[in-house]
Amino acid sequence: MKKDIKEKTSFGVWLKKFVSRPGVKSVISSLICILGGFVVGFLVLLILSISSEDIDFADSFRGLFIILGGPFSAGNRGDALYQFGNMLFNCTPLIMTGLSVALAFKTGLFNIGAPGQYLMGAMGSLIVALSIPTSVIPPILVWLLALLVGIAGGMIWGMIPGLFKSLLGVNEVIVCIMTNWIAANIVSWVFSGSQFINVAETKMNFIKKTSVNNVMTPTLGLDKLFSDGSLTSYMDIGIFIAIAIAVVLYIMLNKTTFGFELKACGFNKNASKYAGMNEKRNIMLSMAIAGGLAACGAALWCLNGHQDFKWEVYQSLPDVGFNGIPAALLGGCNPIGTVISAIFLRYINAGGSNLVGQTAFNEYVSQLIIAIIIYFAGFAKFIKDVVIDKWIAERRKKSAAAPAKNKPDGGKED
Amino acid sequence: MVFLLQKTLIFTVPLLIVALAGMYAERSGIINIALDGIMIFGAFIGAVFALNIRNIPWFAEHPQTTFILAMLTAAIAGAIFSLLLSFSAINLKADQTIAGTALNMLAPAIALFFIKVFTNQDKLEMAIAKDSQGNMVDFGYVIHNEGLGSIGSILFDRAYLSTYIAIALFIVFSIFMYKTKTGLRIRACGEHPQAANSVGINVTKMRYLGTTVSGALAGFGGYVYIATVTNGTASGAVEGMGFLALAIMIFGNWKPFGIALGALLFGFLKCLGVIYNQLSVNIGGEDVYLLKSLNLPMYFYNMIPYVAVLAVLAFTSKKSRAPKAEGIPYDKGSR
Repeated sequence: MKKDIKEKTSFGVWLKKFVSRPGVKSVISSLICILGGFVVGFLVLLILSISSEDIDFADSFRGLFIILGGPFSAGNRGDALYQFGNMLFNCTPLIMTGLSVALAFKTGLFNIGAPGQYLMGAMGSLIVALSIPTSVIPPILVWLLALLVGIAGGMIWGMIPGLFKSLLGVNEVIVCIMTNWIAANIVSWVFSGSQFINVAETKMNFIKKTSVNNVMTPTLGLDKLFSDGSLTSYMDIGIFIAIAIAVVLYIMLNKTTFGFELKACGFNKNASKYAGMNEKRNIMLSMAIAGGLAACGAALWCLNGHQDFKWEVYQSLPDVGFNGIPAALLGGCNPIGTVISAIFLRYINAGGSNLVGQTAFNEYVSQLIIAIIIYFAGFAKFIKDVVIDKWIAERRKKSAAAPAKNKPDGGKED
Repeated sequence: MVFLLQKTLIFTVPLLIVALAGMYAERSGIINIALDGIMIFGAFIGAVFALNIRNIPWFAEHPQTTFILAMLTAAIAGAIFSLLLSFSAINLKADQTIAGTALNMLAPAIALFFIKVFTNQDKLEMAIAKDSQGNMVDFGYVIHNEGLGSIGSILFDRAYLSTYIAIALFIVFSIFMYKTKTGLRIRACGEHPQAANSVGINVTKMRYLGTTVSGALAGFGGYVYIATVTNGTASGAVEGMGFLALAIMIFGNWKPFGIALGALLFGFLKCLGVIYNQLSVNIGGEDVYLLKSLNLPMYFYNMIPYVAVLAVLAFTSKKSRAPKAEGIPYDKGSR
């Protein structure tokens, strides 16, 4: 009996210690945000199904389960595999734009310019991949060159807001917004009437697939693994490259002097300057790397070889650029966290697009849920500092009170 | 030339009013990056309201009244929507950029979700009729006054009631910010909330006021945008207008006069990109298309406003001064 109580309290102590670790706290608060997002999203479906006569009441529950199922709610096993492969492929650019935003955040910059950097990267890699003949140079070298040129394009584009911010003191948000639209117009201008337009398949709004020039990201058979039998998915090794880059970034930020300088610059620009760091150089480099990351995502997407890149982008910027912001925020601006949150966001999106055929709802539900999750993510600090700490304090009180009843002399040990 | 100026006015008005909205929030100390989302939400609610109220015959016969009521609804919707931002930024001291980003995602999601559930389309169209080519015509609220001469027709022909209302609101709210006690208090909360609190100003209340006014103006601006620029189509997007307004607010140095100047310049350059090949000068009885004959692509003209803003910023940045306490949650205890 006595032993039993002791075990319970020691588990309680362990739980308290475990929960009060900062990393665990962050994860728990993210999970609370996600739960909140789903609850609100489900309430919207429920209210809609109750108030509308056309929508069946059971649809709201079915809708929730379909979203929770992600790509696996596709119906049969083949479709699910196919969708899962595509989901992983679509994660790649989102992870990269998320990393781009996260890195800039660490340096105290808000990189809302990821769409523009993404477009510049797409343009650079597409031009190289389509114009160098693979009969002369091996395709894998062209692929590598295209990837590097794309990244370089994005780095230059990301450097512009960095230069404006560090040398002229202009707010980076405004410069990013302007450069986004400038990039969109440059890309449209360069591609309009060019030889790169997909005339052969009469897809005049799109650029040729890089597979016509045999330039494709290696798939290692993954595309065939994730297929519904007849159609192979777009899956390739891009996502592993993205994850590897995330790990490198994590190490850079946490284990190197340069990473420390970037973070110091983000915490307090003046203090880091006082400590002898070159804060202007750090801002420029941080933005350039962020630009390169976003562009790398674009290059990996385009160089898959089977994607239609819409070249007339001057009226709408690519969504994946902006979606990097929620991916970074939900991941707590930690590179590894960003990877996980990007995969999660794509998972929900895949579930959302499965809603269309199966219920009266549509894919925008998943966006709604994501938006609410991000809204709650804003409270993450509040949840961490107030809700979880309060819970810990309450447990401490209880555990202090409970043994006190049983053995009056042992109550003070806590 | 008259045509160019008319179009400039149409592009300028939503930018003007939404940039003012941004100013109200930021001068009170809250970064309102959600302007885009609030515009979308206001436009969506306004369009739903206008489409539904038109089923009542009296309102269908009085399009101007409907127009005004829809603008009012959009403003109220924007104000309510912005409360989400205020609550998280002021009460919970959350990161204002995150909350704003969330609102920017939430608004199109809500708008598109409901539009698609109820109409099976991706957009709401408010035009009463379409012409033979499928272009939308006849909204019932465009004011036609032909034969007024050049200056008169800039302001009063093919005009919208919203233009006058927006300009009036801009002047009223600018004066309110600078010439009233409440306006001064709002600005104080954006500069040094602790100091403001020490003389008895309720910072929470003032910041709520700032963001709510901001939300109302942005919602109104969003409806004006879809009613005038996009020919009455609410599609869950405002082509990044909210972000442009934010840029114009920074460009205008968080001051009404600068904002007005920036909005005019930007509106002019932006409309140049849209209508550059329709511009003609009458020389010796012959229409000469000056810009069209240069043979530059449309993308070049589209780019000009953004490049111009960057250029101006590069030269004026040293004078730029943001409200000191913007983006920092109010903490009574800190110095």
